[in-house]
Amino acid sequence: MPPLQRFTVTTVIGFIALFAAVHLASAQIKIGSVLSVSGPASFLGDPEKKTLEIYVEEINAKGGVNGQKLQLIVYDDGGSADNARTFATRLVEEDKIAAMVGGSTTGSTLAMIPVFEDAKIPFISLAGAIQIIQPVRPWVFKTPHTDKMACEKIFADLKSRNLTTIALISGTDAFGKSMRDQCVSVAPNAGINIATEESYGPRDSDMTPQLTNIRNKAGVLAVVNPGFGQGPAIVTRNYRQLGITLPLYQSHGVASKQFIELAGPAAEGVRLPAAALLIADKLPANDPQKPVVVDYSRSYQQKTGQAVSTFGGHAYDGLMILVQAMQRAKSADKAKVRDEIERTKGYIGTGGIVNMSPTDHMGLDLSAFHMLEIKGGDWTLVPGT
Amino acid sequence: MAELLQFVFSGLTVGAIYALVALGFTLIYKASDIINFAQGEFVMLGGMTTVFVTLAGVSLPLAALIAIIVTTAIGLALHRFAIEPARGASPVALIMITIGASIFLRGVAQIIFDRRFHSLPSLFGGDPIKFGGAAILPQSLVVLASAMVIVTLLWLFIDRTLLGKAVIATAANRLAARLIGVDTRRIVDFSFAVSAAIGAIAGVLITPIALTSYDVGTLLALKGFAAAMLGGIGSALGAVVGGLLIGLFEAFAAGYLSSNYKDAVAFLIILVVLVSIPQGLFGRAKIERV
Repeated sequence: MPPLQRFTVTTVIGFIALFAAVHLASAQIKIGSVLSVSGPASFLGDPEKKTLEIYVEEINAKGGVNGQKLQLIVYDDGGSADNARTFATRLVEEDKIAAMVGGSTTGSTLAMIPVFEDAKIPFISLAGAIQIIQPVRPWVFKTPHTDKMACEKIFADLKSRNLTTIALISGTDAFGKSMRDQCVSVAPNAGINIATEESYGPRDSDMTPQLTNIRNKAGVLAVVNPGFGQGPAIVTRNYRQLGITLPLYQSHGVASKQFIELAGPAAEGVRLPAAALLIADKLPANDPQKPVVVDYSRSYQQKTGQAVSTFGGHAYDGLMILVQAMQRAKSADKAKVRDEIERTKGYIGTGGIVNMSPTDHMGLDLSAFHMLEIKGGDWTLVPGT
Repeated sequence: MAELLQFVFSGLTVGAIYALVALGFTLIYKASDIINFAQGEFVMLGGMTTVFVTLAGVSLPLAALIAIIVTTAIGLALHRFAIEPARGASPVALIMITIGASIFLRGVAQIIFDRRFHSLPSLFGGDPIKFGGAAILPQSLVVLASAMVIVTLLWLFIDRTLLGKAVIATAANRLAARLIGVDTRRIVDFSFAVSAAIGAIAGVLITPIALTSYDVGTLLALKGFAAAMLGGIGSALGAVVGGLLIGLFEAFAAGYLSSNYKDAVAFLIILVVLVSIPQGLFGRAKIERV
C-alpha cells in the first residue's frame, strides 16, 4: 500500500472509530471496574461483581441515570496488581469510561491510582487501607471503613469499661499486621496502654503458649486479637481452654456467622466491631441504615442465593455514591461528577452514613461500626454503641 | 512450672498433627523412593469430605469412613494415572508430578467444596483436661494415640507380614523383586492407597483442633515433610518422633523466645540436626554397593 493511501485508510478508520465512540457515549454512560473475581482475593471480588451487575441492571430497568443507560465493563485482575494496572489503562484508553468503581484489594487500588489520576477520571475504590485516601488525591475516593476505625471503636469500648491496660495477639498475615500497626499507633491517643504483644502464623493450629504468656502478664485487663481467617477462631478456643476470664475482643475481620460456628461455645462473650450490614435483622427499627441494609441483603440473597458480605456492600455504596453524584451533576462529565462525589452528604449506605469533604474522601465516622457481643451463639448489639 | 507444662501440651498437640501427616510420607517412600507432596491434600480431602458428608446429614463416623474410602480411591488413582505411566522417569520428575497433583487436587477441592474454613465436632467433647495448672484438649490425646497405633500397625505390617517384605523388596530393587514373583505395580498401588488412607485419617482427626479448608494441605505437607526428614524419611517411628520434636520446638520458641520467630527457630534446629545427622534421627544411611 502506498503511503498516501495508507494514510487515508488509517484516517477513515480513525474517523469511524471516533464517530462510533461519540455515538456510544451519547447513548450510554460507561462505568469501568477492575475486581479480583478469581484468585486468592475472590472472596472480595466475587460479591462485588455480582452486586455491581445486579444494581446496574436495576438502575437501567428504571430508566438509567439522567436518561442515559449505564454500561458496566468489568475486568478480573485475578488478585494481581500488575493485571489491575493493565486493565485500568485499557479502561481509560480503549473503553473510554466516565467513571471507575473497583479495585478489590489495596494492592490493586494503589497500582491503579496513577492511571486514573493522570486521566482525570473519578475512581471509587472498594479496598480497605487508609493509604488510599491519605494523603487525599483529587480523583480517588473509597467506601469501606478502615482498620484504624475498628481499633478506635474497640478502644472506645474498652475505655468506657475502664479496661485500659490490654494485651494484643495478632496474626502475621497482611490483615492482622496492618490492623495491629494501626492499633499500636492509635492506642496512646485513645488512652490505652498495650502491656504486651504476641503473634501467631496464619496457619497455626495452637496458640496456647502465646496466651499463657499473656495470662502470666500482670495488670492486663483485656485482650484484643486483630486477625482474619481461622486464626481468631483458634485463639478464642485456646483462650477458653486455658480458662482465661479477661474480656476478649476480636476484629471486624471475623464478623461473620462462620466465626461463631468455628469457635463454638468458646465464642460466648467475645466482643467485636461490625458493619450494620451483617446484623441487618438485629438493628433497631429506628436505625437510619436499617432500610438500606435490609433491602440490599434481600436483593442480593434473592438474586445470587448467597449470604451477603460486607464486600458486596462496599460495591453497592460505591455505585450509589457515583450514580447520585451524576444525578446531582445532571451529567456524566468527569470533573463535575468528581466535585459532586466530594459533596456527598448524608448518603446512607450499607457501610455507614457518608459525609465526604475535600479533606475526607471516605466520609465515615465511628458510627459506621456497631459493637457486638456474642451471646447464645448469636450476635447481640452492645447498648449505646 | 504450669507454664512449662502448658508449652509441652501445646507442643504435643501441634506435634501430633505433624506426626500424623509425616506418617503418610513413609510408606510411599519405602515402596517407591518418591516423596509424595500431595500428601497434604490427602489430609485436606479427609477433613473436607467428612465435613461435607456430615452436612448432607450422614453421621460423623460413617462420614469419616466415606471420606477415608474416597481419599484412598484418589490415592490409588494418583498412582495409576499420574505416577505409573511415568514410572521410567527419575524420582525428581515423579516428585514434580506429585506437586502438580497437589495443585490439581487443591483446585478441584476449591470448586467441589468451597473456600471457607470448616470444623468438626470433637469425639470426646471440647472440655479441656486440666493437669497441674495446664490444659489439653481430649482430641489432642486422640491424635497422639492414633499416631502411636498407626506406627505400631505399620511396624507389624512391614516387619511381620509377607506383603510388608514385598514392599521392602520393591523399594530395594524393583527388577529383582519382579524376578522373585512380586507384583511391584500392585505393591506401589497398595502403598499409595494406604498412605492416602493415613492422610485421610489424619484429616478427620485434626480438623476438630486445627480446622480445615481447601488449601490447608500445603503447609501441613511442608511441616509433615520436615518432620519426616528430621526423624529419618522412611521410618515410621522417626516420623512420629520428628513431628513431636518440631511441635515442641515451636511451642518452646513461642513461649520462651518470641512468637514472631517460632517457625524460624524450629527450622533452624532442623537444619542443625540434618547437617550433623544427614539421614535423620532414625534413618538408615544408604549404602550403595558398586
